[in-house]
Amino acid sequence: MAEKKFDYFINGEKGKWEVIIGLEVHAQVLSKSKLFSSSSTKFGAEPNTQVSLVDSAFPGMLPVINQFCVEQSIKTGLGLKAKINLNSVFDRKNYFYADLPQGYQISQYKKPLVGEGEVILDMPYGTKKVGIERLHLEQDAGKSIHDIDPDNSFVDLNRSGKLRSIMRYLGTCDGNMQEGSLRADVNVSVRKVGDSQFGTRCEIKNVNSIKFMQMAIEYEAKRQVEILESGKKIDQETRLFDVKKNTTRSMRSKEEAHDYRYFPDPDLLPLKLNKDLIDKLKKELPELPDQKKDRFIKDHNLSPYEANILVSEKEISDYYEEMIKECDKKLATNWITVELFAVLNKNNLSISQSPISAKNLSSLVKMITLGKISGKIAKDVFEKMQVSDKDPKQIVEEEGLVQQSDPKELEKIVLEVLSKNQDKVIQYQSGKVKLFGYFVGEVMKVSKGKANPNLVNDILKIKLK
Amino acid sequence: MSNISELSLTKIINGIKKKDFTSEEVTKVFINNSQNSKKLNAYISECFDDALKSAKSFDKKKDYNGLLSGVPIAVKDLFCTKDVKTTAGSKILHNFIPTYESTVTSNLWSKGAFLLGKLNCDEFAMGSSNETSFFGNVVNPYGKQLVPGGSSGGSASALAAELTPATIGTDTGGSIRQPASFTGIVGLKPTYGRCSRWGIAAFASSLDQAGPMTKNVEDCALLLQAMSGYDPKDSTSVDAKVENYSSKLTENVKGLKIGIPNEYRVDNMPTEIDNLWKQGIDYLKDAGAIIKNISLPHTVYALPAYYIVAPAEASSNLARYDGVKYGHRAKGKNLIEMYENTRSEGFGDEVKRRILIGTYVLSSGYYDAYYLKAQKVRQLIKNDFDKVFSDVDAILTPSTPSSAFKIGDKTDDPVSMYLNDIFTVPVNLSGLPAISVPAGYDENNLPLGLQIIGKAFDEQTILNLSLAIEKRANFKKNFKVWWS
Repeated sequence: MAEKKFDYFINGEKGKWEVIIGLEVHAQVLSKSKLFSSSSTKFGAEPNTQVSLVDSAFPGMLPVINQFCVEQSIKTGLGLKAKINLNSVFDRKNYFYADLPQGYQISQYKKPLVGEGEVILDMPYGTKKVGIERLHLEQDAGKSIHDIDPDNSFVDLNRSGKLRSIMRYLGTCDGNMQEGSLRADVNVSVRKVGDSQFGTRCEIKNVNSIKFMQMAIEYEAKRQVEILESGKKIDQETRLFDVKKNTTRSMRSKEEAHDYRYFPDPDLLPLKLNKDLIDKLKKELPELPDQKKDRFIKDHNLSPYEANILVSEKEISDYYEEMIKECDKKLATNWITVELFAVLNKNNLSISQSPISAKNLSSLVKMITLGKISGKIAKDVFEKMQVSDKDPKQIVEEEGLVQQSDPKELEKIVLEVLSKNQDKVIQYQSGKVKLFGYFVGEVMKVSKGKANPNLVNDILKIKLK
Repeated sequence: MSNISELSLTKIINGIKKKDFTSEEVTKVFINNSQNSKKLNAYISECFDDALKSAKSFDKKKDYNGLLSGVPIAVKDLFCTKDVKTTAGSKILHNFIPTYESTVTSNLWSKGAFLLGKLNCDEFAMGSSNETSFFGNVVNPYGKQLVPGGSSGGSASALAAELTPATIGTDTGGSIRQPASFTGIVGLKPTYGRCSRWGIAAFASSLDQAGPMTKNVEDCALLLQAMSGYDPKDSTSVDAKVENYSSKLTENVKGLKIGIPNEYRVDNMPTEIDNLWKQGIDYLKDAGAIIKNISLPHTVYALPAYYIVAPAEASSNLARYDGVKYGHRAKGKNLIEMYENTRSEGFGDEVKRRILIGTYVLSSGYYDAYYLKAQKVRQLIKNDFDKVFSDVDAILTPSTPSSAFKIGDKTDDPVSMYLNDIFTVPVNLSGLPAISVPAGYDENNLPLGLQIIGKAFDEQTILNLSLAIEKRANFKKNFKVWWS
């Protein structure tokens, strides 16, 4: 029964349809130079300032594979628990286009660098494996790209960021969808529940955010169900996602599809990898989100929910780990996921743009634990930190917010409060113990929030006896 | 001084070193010969002024340390040369001036040579007669009506006619050895990976290889040594030691085992070719080599496999010539029309024919039947050679099935043109080194060459065997200068 929750169904007028989704993800390898030339990959440079003779396909120019890009892809493969193929082949994908100077794209077709792997998604109702069919390296009109094609999988789109997160942990792709470092083509088909054959699929291009991916799939699945229910057939075709109209429209039919005439690139020898290299890269792999999550739960006593949030982005877990060098783990988690996230959301910032550094937030939390300031004061200080990212110790000192912990001073305030509230003291002593909180509140008010709550409690208890 | 051009490359270099003559004197002789050679149509671009400048500056510096000190060399126009027009014999590159120098030509210049000019060739090296060049056919010095062979026909003709002391060509299916045979010179195709392909306009990447074309074997050893070497810019170049071929060159081939492949006795082979082959066997026997009959059973499939693999690669390699970045650009209403017009105008018939064949054999539905099968055949042909090379040191065959033919004789019959490559193509498919050495004449007094095929990276052995044949054949050019 639980299985069903992973599946994606549409209730049509004539029955229930199952939606099948496959993603072709294009992720730009994080590398200083291109896959087959020594040109830079820096984003945002002036057009054609990072082009070599190889990139612009001058006569007699030859590609040379960038070892670093190969290693980055192997790392990605290892991070996806995928099979690394010791022998892989670069193929030419032939077609004419103005931004394709060679008249062919160097890609991998029959023998990709990385074979089957998986991404495990943590869902509220359990875990779901998404199959990875292959990962290969390809050149993209001057960019270095590799593909990941999980095929025939049931993807919860709210978690499509998982792949991106893994690659960012690995440092193999920056995952920046705005700059086009990460793009995806989406394949969608539908079939009647219980059918063993897949339906005819359509490929949707131009989907450059996870939100758009979700919108495109929903629209496309409904469109296909409507067509099939009206007794017509789905044409296998490539469609474009129209962001403004939230629809997909035909780009080219199967008949118009290119015959890419793939064949092994004779300029590049088959890529033969040494097992030692793979073992070395395996050893160098950083801790991945799943492993990190397990460690946070086991060693830091965090709940799976908390751990999940912290590992969802590498930068968040980095922030957390920076904080807990100095302060309590549980408190750090709370401050990040509640207070800090509220600020970030409000200002539409990512954690790497946080106005408060991990070091300063950690120092704030430490002051609470040491009893130097109360939780309430801490929130005031936190407000001020957002403006300046000053060391909270400095703010507390400058503003005179240090907690009042002198028993004699506190006793004075307690006595003052009790003498002003004789009636309530009598009520308390005759059994209305709930009033204790009222006295605490009054003491805090008089001390402008600076009184040490623990000490106030102790003194009140003695004086009210 | 007029006889400088008759000297071998080695003698010219030594003469300059010994100060018998200056680099400038040498250069002037070859410039003069070249200027009087218009009827041969060997040159596409002349660099005579710059060559003379280089010669003068060489004579001032007097640095005789380079292997090729002070010699002007004209090269096939397939090699990209910095700031010098490089056309590949095609209209589509008629105005293309590279900003870079091919690795192989760089190797020559770094050893003291300098560029004399760019020599005519079949368009993108596709041809066996130098008749497919956009710049017109080249004429063989052996006769006004004769082709020099191809595709390195301009190189062969220029060398035979003494327009350059040595030259380099490229060989994809016989493009060095066949014209060498047709013009009575030595031509060597090195092992695939011996010379860098970087900066050479590509025809069929898995087959293309640059090589020396020279007056004699000694020069060939010298030039091969100068041009060879590993190049990290070419992933298919091999980091194998380049021998000092010249110092190791010897005609002592005693005890070497020479294979004579049965399958190279093709139908309708002229008796003269057969006789030349027998003569070659006798020369090598005389030199103390041991002759063995061998079998290369898949030879018959080599030509069909070649004419699938080479066009397939060419169809993709030539896709870059689209009018967008450099070279010829035609007008068009939109991008596709511009591509179509550029390529229709820019490419000649033979190139178009091969692009069509190549596109066809790679197309979905035909790939397995043609390209994949051809690759399998290629492997079988390689295996044939591997097998016999466990038993013999080299293989002796004729270079070509005929002597130079008449201009226009085969232009309407591509298949009969392709048959010219029957003895040379299996070598390219296997990546092996092979040399054509002039060994005799046919009844029309046209030169004929013998081919010696060697083991991978064993150029030294085929050079030594060629030297043994050269000494015995005592081949002398027998044409009179009719073109100046």
